[in-house]
Amino acid sequence: MKKSTAKRNGTGEPRLDKIFKSYKGRAREMISILQDIQDEYGFLPEEALKKTAVFLDVPLPDIFGVATFYRMFRLGRPGKHTITACIGTACHVRGVTRVVEEIGRTLGIEPGQTTPDGEYSLDTVNCLGCCAIGPVVVMDGQYHGQVTSQSARKLVKAQPNVKEVVKS
Amino acid sequence: MIKALKNPADLAKLKVSLLAERDPKRICISVCGGTGCRASESALLIEAMESEVAKQGLKGKVDVKATGCHGFCEHGPVVVVTPKEIFYERVKPSDAAEIVGETVIKNNILDRLLYADLMSGDKILSEGEIPFYKKQRRRILAQNRLIDPTRIGDYIALEGYGALVKALTQMTPEAVIEEVKKSGLRGRGGAGFPTGFKWEFCRRAKGDDKHIICNGDEGDPGAYMDRSVLEGNPHSVIEGMMIGAYAIGARRGFVYVRTEYPLAVGNLRIALDQARQRGILGKNILGSKFSFDIEIERGAGAFVCGEETGLIASVEGRKGEPRQRPPFPTSKGLWGKPTNINNVETWANIPLIVNRGASWYSKIGTEGSKGTKIFSLVGKVNNTGLVEVPMGATLREIVYDIGGGIKGGGDFKAIQTGGPSGGCIPRHLLDLPIDYESLSKAGSIMGSGGMIVMDDATCMVDVSKYFLNFLRDESCGRCLSCREGTARLYEIVERISEGKGSEGDLDLIEELAHVVKDASLCGLGQTAPNPVLSTLRYFRREYEAHIKDKRCPAGVCKALIQYVIDAEKCIGCLICLKQCPVQAVTGEIKKPHKIDSDKCIRCGVCVDVCKPKAVFVV
Ligand SMILES: Cc1cc2nc3c(=O)[nH]c(=O)nc-3n(C[C@H](O)[C@H](O)[C@H](O)COP(=O)(O)O)c2cc1C
Ligand code: FES
Repeated sequence: MKKSTAKRNGTGEPRLDKIFKSYKGRAREMISILQDIQDEYGFLPEEALKKTAVFLDVPLPDIFGVATFYRMFRLGRPGKHTITACIGTACHVRGVTRVVEEIGRTLGIEPGQTTPDGEYSLDTVNCLGCCAIGPVVVMDGQYHGQVTSQSARKLVKAQPNVKEVVKS
Repeated sequence: MIKALKNPADLAKLKVSLLAERDPKRICISVCGGTGCRASESALLIEAMESEVAKQGLKGKVDVKATGCHGFCEHGPVVVVTPKEIFYERVKPSDAAEIVGETVIKNNILDRLLYADLMSGDKILSEGEIPFYKKQRRRILAQNRLIDPTRIGDYIALEGYGALVKALTQMTPEAVIEEVKKSGLRGRGGAGFPTGFKWEFCRRAKGDDKHIICNGDEGDPGAYMDRSVLEGNPHSVIEGMMIGAYAIGARRGFVYVRTEYPLAVGNLRIALDQARQRGILGKNILGSKFSFDIEIERGAGAFVCGEETGLIASVEGRKGEPRQRPPFPTSKGLWGKPTNINNVETWANIPLIVNRGASWYSKIGTEGSKGTKIFSLVGKVNNTGLVEVPMGATLREIVYDIGGGIKGGGDFKAIQTGGPSGGCIPRHLLDLPIDYESLSKAGSIMGSGGMIVMDDATCMVDVSKYFLNFLRDESCGRCLSCREGTARLYEIVERISEGKGSEGDLDLIEELAHVVKDASLCGLGQTAPNPVLSTLRYFRREYEAHIKDKRCPAGVCKALIQYVIDAEKCIGCLICLKQCPVQAVTGEIKKPHKIDSDKCIRCGVCVDVCKPKAVFVV
């Protein structure tokens, strides 16, 4: 499909059309568009990237290059709920490593993974700017400060649909 | 319908009318709405406060204001009741009714919500009397607690945009640059380049199409000054950028904000919209010939995009890979046009300099570094938060007088400044007056202002491993020396932390570190060895203990420690036994438990759950 036809006729995907509508189709808009796509879908679906390539008239590998360069973009579908732990310096010296390990054990996954039932993803981030109240863990947008391994475990277990992992 | 201001007189009139509406005796309940306090439910608290004010019949008589970050985040949510300046800490939504009913209506102080002095335990009534604030010199942060960042009127009432008017009506662009040069202001983003000179380069650069950028990437993990300024007082940054644009001759401005700061992005967006509606941003600003507007660019989570050429690549929509300098951005920047980049805090200093004058500004500071600097004091210190002090304050003043000393009674070991490009400063340098030069002499850098306090339970090999891991992850991979160098350095330090280090490793680190420093293209690689070199310089013995004695003196490195239960302290409660994920604990109720070291994975859960603190590290 040519760029012009794509613009005129839409992509066949209303959610994408809505995003593209606020852009002019210039290559410099790539990062902002990817951010909007991720906000909308929770990740960057391959189909959406292909359509972005057409919209911006740039080769698909360029888009993948950008999408993999930046830490915030994810190419795989995340869990229904995301748990993000800050592993920044301030949180590190206050023992976030233990917190991340404990959350991982409770959910049975490692950072960067999603539970097999697709419910939970565990991510890490380099600093959330709440360093004074570290260690900081964010669960579905809700920030929690001064988390310990034990309070983290309780928090996780109190979330909906958390399956108890059988001890090895 | 909001009326646009057509000239400076309109702005002055607006300010007068805003002030006239304000009765200084009227009670205002200010609740901190910064990211830190929001994490402690301040959004709910604000709602609760508003509904209590209405419920208790005070609507229209008492104000509730959601302000920006006060910087005392660990004690949040923070509430200040003015005009008496009563300071309440750790306030919960359930406290709202009592604050309104008792403090606001009956003038009674709620003792339990007051701050207690760390030493004497005495309760302190007002913010200004708390040592954490009292010993600071707040210039940039001063307005955060007075302003609702989503209301431009709050900024205008406090002389906001007065410096812009002064620059536009009384000063030539050259005079503005001269004033900034004379002030001695140096860039707050890391390298400390003199701001006025940078502006002059950009002004003199060929071409009419010039840009300015505000660097709000704040990539140093552990630092959050820029977040608080952007979030709590966005107009101060906008005003600074406008004055800079006028001085340099730029038409377009960009603010590059980390995506991890949603509230800063949101508040900045509101501030820009309001400034546009008021005719402060846009065409022919306040009736002058000066036209200028600002766009927001969200970062996408890459540390290297804080570096100016990486940042420019990212704004252009590409991978944020830095390029060789020169040419410097001031001659060839965004889309090849002359571009002036300054840090958030640098921009926020500008209105002060223009308003009060360079000689006032440069009265405080050291020979080579003028004005104040905001530090993000975090880690193992009692009072964590944002600390603004004159350049030249000592680390001791910051950590002990303001920070209240080490948390949990441990001993001070080191303070890390400058983030992944900086280093660790040891105890014997606590009296060092800090400025750009002294920190770099000590093997660290000022950086953007992160200060992470470490106590004796922090292992310096682990810290160095942490930073190297960060850097090898964040290296954009373009130059071999940085990509491979940080990876190799990480491997060596990791080996040491696992007790597999050998005698020659420390020499190898030093050799490799110098190659990475000298051969890398951008600042990331050139400074990447700083954390490992500075820890090696001041804590060599600790590295040696890992290598020769196979011991981690701080009790951190998993491969070199064991958890043991003190039989005298253990009350036999079975809790650690039940919580241990690998069943390494054995024992019976009311009898001392034991840890099987072969099974133990050093997860530390037993330490965390043990009430009598019977588990210790050997
Ligand atoms: C790896 C690296 C990361 C950087 N990160 C930041 C940052 O997060 N914020 C910032 O203001 N400057 C950062 N800088 C410094 C910028 O390159 C640039 O010098 C600065 O924004 C200029 O502003 P200033 O003169 O006001 O300090 C970084 C530099 C390097 C080498
Ligand atoms: S280091 Fe964790 S929030 Fe900054």
